[in-house]
Amino acid sequence: MVYLTRKAEFSASHYYNNPQLTPEENHRIFGKCNNPNGHGHNYTLEVTVKGEINPQSGFVVDLKQLKEVMQKEVLDAMDHRFLNKEVPEFTSRTPTTENIAIAIWQRLQPRLNAATLHRVRVYETPDLFVDFYGEA
Amino acid sequence: MKAHLTRRYLFSASHRLHSKALSDEENRATYGKCNNPFGHGHNYHLEVTVSGPVDAQTGMVCNLVDLDNLVAREILDRFDHQNLNMLKEFTVSVPTTENLCRQIYDILQRRFRHAHLDRVRLEETLMNSFEYDGEGTHSLIL
Repeated sequence: MVYLTRKAEFSASHYYNNPQLTPEENHRIFGKCNNPNGHGHNYTLEVTVKGEINPQSGFVVDLKQLKEVMQKEVLDAMDHRFLNKEVPEFTSRTPTTENIAIAIWQRLQPRLNAATLHRVRVYETPDLFVDFYGEA
Repeated sequence: MKAHLTRRYLFSASHRLHSKALSDEENRATYGKCNNPFGHGHNYHLEVTVSGPVDAQTGMVCNLVDLDNLVAREILDRFDHQNLNMLKEFTVSVPTTENLCRQIYDILQRRFRHAHLDRVRLEETLMNSFEYDGEGTHSLIL
């Protein structure tokens, strides 16, 4: 089994707010991330797939195909967007880094046929990242 | 759904690797330039990984403010800009980065209640890093 990781970057804005909570509760839980005008990050995405090396190609996965899927499913949808307003998953879920990692997994997983998705890692800043392995 | 969250922190400290169980010659042979009697320092980059179900209400594994406050109070205040050999944590054990990594894991494991502590990773330099996830015995290397 070989693991292959491809990186990508996207920039987006978001804010944290749960409409089921009062403004005071939202402010207490989310602090400055609750500013309704939003704020932004340069996100770094690492997608790790695993599989056996194809004896004919020497590849675990066709990197070009992986790049295209990441471009279409993640970058086209999230790069230079306001996540709360422009990405459907986040109309009902807060776009925390945890939920972004889960949403990216759910977008990529059905599209990857040649290799198995192993991990989605999303860096919000160089000092904060979330890993999602598809665990229930 | 379960996610794993990692936060990085920075602190600077000095240490000297010297075991009382070894002779001076053995210490020099074992620790090389890290045995220099006057000590030396590092910028330590600490990574703390916690995990748990993503809370449906907040979208978070845990509130980062809680993790940051605990790490600031229990780790950074304790170790930043200190000579590790002078601290009570290292009166008997050698302040190698392995032992420091375990100390940090044990402190956080005892006190952090908002998510499961998966792992502590400590970079001593760009070339060296150590990880501890609570496996094995907790006896420190003397």
